[in-house]
Amino acid sequence: MDIFDILFWFLSVTAIACALGVILSRNPINSVLFLILTFFSVSGHYILMNAQFLAIVNVIVYAGAIMVLFLFVIMLMNLNADVEPQKGHLVQFAGALSGGVLFMVLLAAVKSAAAPVLISKVANEIGLIEKLGHVLFTDYVLPFEISSILFLSAMIGAIVIGKKEKHIISEKQAA
Amino acid sequence: MDFSVNSTDYLVLSLLLFSIGIIGVLMRRNAIIIFMCIELMLNSVNLLLVSFSKQYNDANAQLFVFFIMVVAAAEVSVGLAIIVMMYRKVHSVDINILNRLKH
Repeated sequence: MDIFDILFWFLSVTAIACALGVILSRNPINSVLFLILTFFSVSGHYILMNAQFLAIVNVIVYAGAIMVLFLFVIMLMNLNADVEPQKGHLVQFAGALSGGVLFMVLLAAVKSAAAPVLISKVANEIGLIEKLGHVLFTDYVLPFEISSILFLSAMIGAIVIGKKEKHIISEKQAA
Repeated sequence: MDFSVNSTDYLVLSLLLFSIGIIGVLMRRNAIIIFMCIELMLNSVNLLLVSFSKQYNDANAQLFVFFIMVVAAAEVSVGLAIIVMMYRKVHSVDINILNRLKH
């Protein structure tokens, strides 16, 4: 048991505990903060597997941009534990049960699929920015450019959806 | 008990995170929390892909993760815009109000 294993178990326990915190906490703000912690521990896993580029992108894009967006929306709506809608206990129990059953089925299906390999013994350098950039701009140029179009359309879509409709504005002016 | 980490441990960890995401989607009624659970599931799949990339020493999986993140960012912007729009109409983020989309 070396430092790799200790870090793996620490990060795994953190990730799972924070993921449980996301779905169990009543206050949406707490859920967002737990989710940010989960993303940070997943980034720790990336660093552990020498995928440094993805670790940085995960922190910047997920924990930085996406979760701040979530936080802004929740604060904008002024959500808290008092107005939080709750399902009945029976439905919650059924949901937890079916999720657990799904976990068992997936585990049973997948566990025998591949022979286990000691991860820490595999040495590689492919997660570095230089190597990934080379692959990205040779083999994956077309998807890269298409994703820029996707971003443009998502931006326009978000603006169009979020725009106030004409009749709502005119009603407010009339009132 | 053997504590050394092998590829199956990453598999189990990703499956656990994915199942927690599923449970969250099934248990909660807040649309934003459900959205966050979807992000959690995407992240667990990313983790699994990176562990496979490490196991087989292949850079393609990491590029896949990169594109998944790109699509997730676009998805979040549009999805949150839809949720904000819904909140403006019905003043709630309860998905039970959305069971009939046409009024």
